[in-house]
Amino acid sequence: MQSINQEAVAETRKQRIQVITGNEACAEGALAAGLRFFAGYPITPSSEIAEILSERLPEIGGVFIQMEDEIAAMGAIIGASLAGAKSMTATSGPGFSLKQENIGYAAMAEVPCVIVNVQRGGPSTGLPTLPAQGDVMQARWGTHGDHPIIVLTPNSVRETYELTIRAFNLSERFRVPVILLMDEIIGHVNEKVILPEPGEFEIVHRRMPDVPPEKFLPYEHTESDVPPMVSFGEGYRYHVTGLSHDQTGFPTNNPAEIDRLMRRLNNKIQNHSHEIIEVKEDYLADAEVGVFAFGCSSRSARQAILMARQKGIKAGLLRPLVIWPFPEQQVRAMAEHVHHIIVPELNLGQIAHEVEWASCRKVPIVKLNRVDGEPISPQQILDKIEEVSS
Amino acid sequence: MFDYGKYLRLDKLPLIWCPGCGDGIVLKSLLRAIDRIGLKKDEITMVSGIGCSSRLPGYVDFNTLHTTHGRAIAFATGVKLAKPEMNVIVITGDGDATAIGGNHYIHAARRNINLTVILFNNNTYGMTGGQVSPTTPIGKRASTAPFGNLEPSFNISGLAQAAGASFVARSTVHSALRLEKLIERAIRKRGFSLVEVYTPCPTAYGRRNKLGSGADMIRELGENSVPVEKAAKMSPEELEGKIVTGVFVDVDRPEYTQEYAKLQQRLRKFGA
Repeated sequence: MQSINQEAVAETRKQRIQVITGNEACAEGALAAGLRFFAGYPITPSSEIAEILSERLPEIGGVFIQMEDEIAAMGAIIGASLAGAKSMTATSGPGFSLKQENIGYAAMAEVPCVIVNVQRGGPSTGLPTLPAQGDVMQARWGTHGDHPIIVLTPNSVRETYELTIRAFNLSERFRVPVILLMDEIIGHVNEKVILPEPGEFEIVHRRMPDVPPEKFLPYEHTESDVPPMVSFGEGYRYHVTGLSHDQTGFPTNNPAEIDRLMRRLNNKIQNHSHEIIEVKEDYLADAEVGVFAFGCSSRSARQAILMARQKGIKAGLLRPLVIWPFPEQQVRAMAEHVHHIIVPELNLGQIAHEVEWASCRKVPIVKLNRVDGEPISPQQILDKIEEVSS
Repeated sequence: MFDYGKYLRLDKLPLIWCPGCGDGIVLKSLLRAIDRIGLKKDEITMVSGIGCSSRLPGYVDFNTLHTTHGRAIAFATGVKLAKPEMNVIVITGDGDATAIGGNHYIHAARRNINLTVILFNNNTYGMTGGQVSPTTPIGKRASTAPFGNLEPSFNISGLAQAAGASFVARSTVHSALRLEKLIERAIRKRGFSLVEVYTPCPTAYGRRNKLGSGADMIRELGENSVPVEKAAKMSPEELEGKIVTGVFVDVDRPEYTQEYAKLQQRLRKFGA
């Protein structure tokens, strides 16, 4: 597979220490991960990612195209990935909704690709320029049918750079579409970052087959649950379809084959969740009040934890960097020693249900919700911490 | 005798297409055209949407990609841009390309990206049982137009021409040899090439409209075809119900992947 010259990427980047936005960090992270094809469509608050890549990609031998609509952009990145290019698209709520059918296609056909969703107020046109976290359930279940998906939730500019690279690595490793779930605050906030040098982070490529074309099964039920992958035009000719298929990739109505595919597709992520899940804990070990938060809300949560500790309240934060698959074990562990879990999110309570389920209802789950386009403040979270502690 | 077996995934036969369906004629014409040009199998990617015609890629021994309804051209655009040396051929139908896929059809033509689109026009959504399509003639019956279709028919070739395609042609399965030559020209053409092919659906469309067997419908196609040169001299009344065939557009226009490659060259840094 043709790859990007990383020295070229570094040279064309301005300097290692920068003050940049989350959207810029996402674009840079993608290039560092080996992005070679981006197809997008303008939508606030993600357009900067497309704009930056429209300039950076052709400079280093990559391709940028603004497609005629969001659906086409999603289709194009799947086609490009099958032709051997690491590919990405970026959007927000309304575009994310449009892309769902093709996201399901990528999941079914096991095509690596990255979809960035910089969340904004919804539903519908909602609040184009204001933050929300209302797509977290959609990111898991937006497309129809039982499908695998991985969803990452960075909460800072630097973390966006890192998790964009991780998104590519996971999509290549597991042959699955990966969603980078940002929000308008993380996308637009300016923060100082020291970007790593090429070689400082791992880059993962799809695993090539080790058999000749006549023995190749494009959707083999391997031990690892992930079939090897080869691009179109490399001497291996095979069929890719969204229809339920067998190991040869051709459509089937055979119940045993269908069942086998369905289970492998979903086990691919489920059985390897320990490799995928990533959380960060802040003051959690001895915490009596737990907070579970992701994205921009977790920034306020961290501040609230510090303020609570100063007041003598043992509060702690559990923060997912990967939100799907959901870190149920970590939530269950937290539920063992806290008396409440507060879940601040910029929606009417979506991930709170997962927290409740994962905690086995051992402790009360306290929702803290905002859907007015404003971030949840540290004071709001502190008030709740104090409330449950009295 | 042409060896179709060379290009077919023989273990996938028999085809799912009905007896009397014209799609097999297009398939064979396509294979003969590819053979004449001398393309290698690994140099071809066939991309299709959803419908009877879109099942074609499953039967041929190339890189094959069966996508979502209406979106073949979008996926094909990604394949082509990621691997410009690949010959990308899109297999689609009248509903797939001009109803749900209309937007992608228009913009690929506008970009003049080097794709060859073979559009199977059978005036219906055959696979799903014969619903009305943008090319069902006025008055004809369909499963969702039980009293006769009220909507005027889409001018598929006219749309491609207006959008900027560099090669636009129409044929029917009645003239398989002429079809083969048009497909060959379309593949050779550097730019967005469209070949619209009228092909009968005796099962879902013909039966409902009492059009007879597949052979009857093909005979009708032949009788109603008028070459574009002759049609130019006919009045709108004389052309009523006729299918104008031939090449409508064959021009040289900047092709998208070439233009993008020029941009990459211009910006080229550090041996990338």
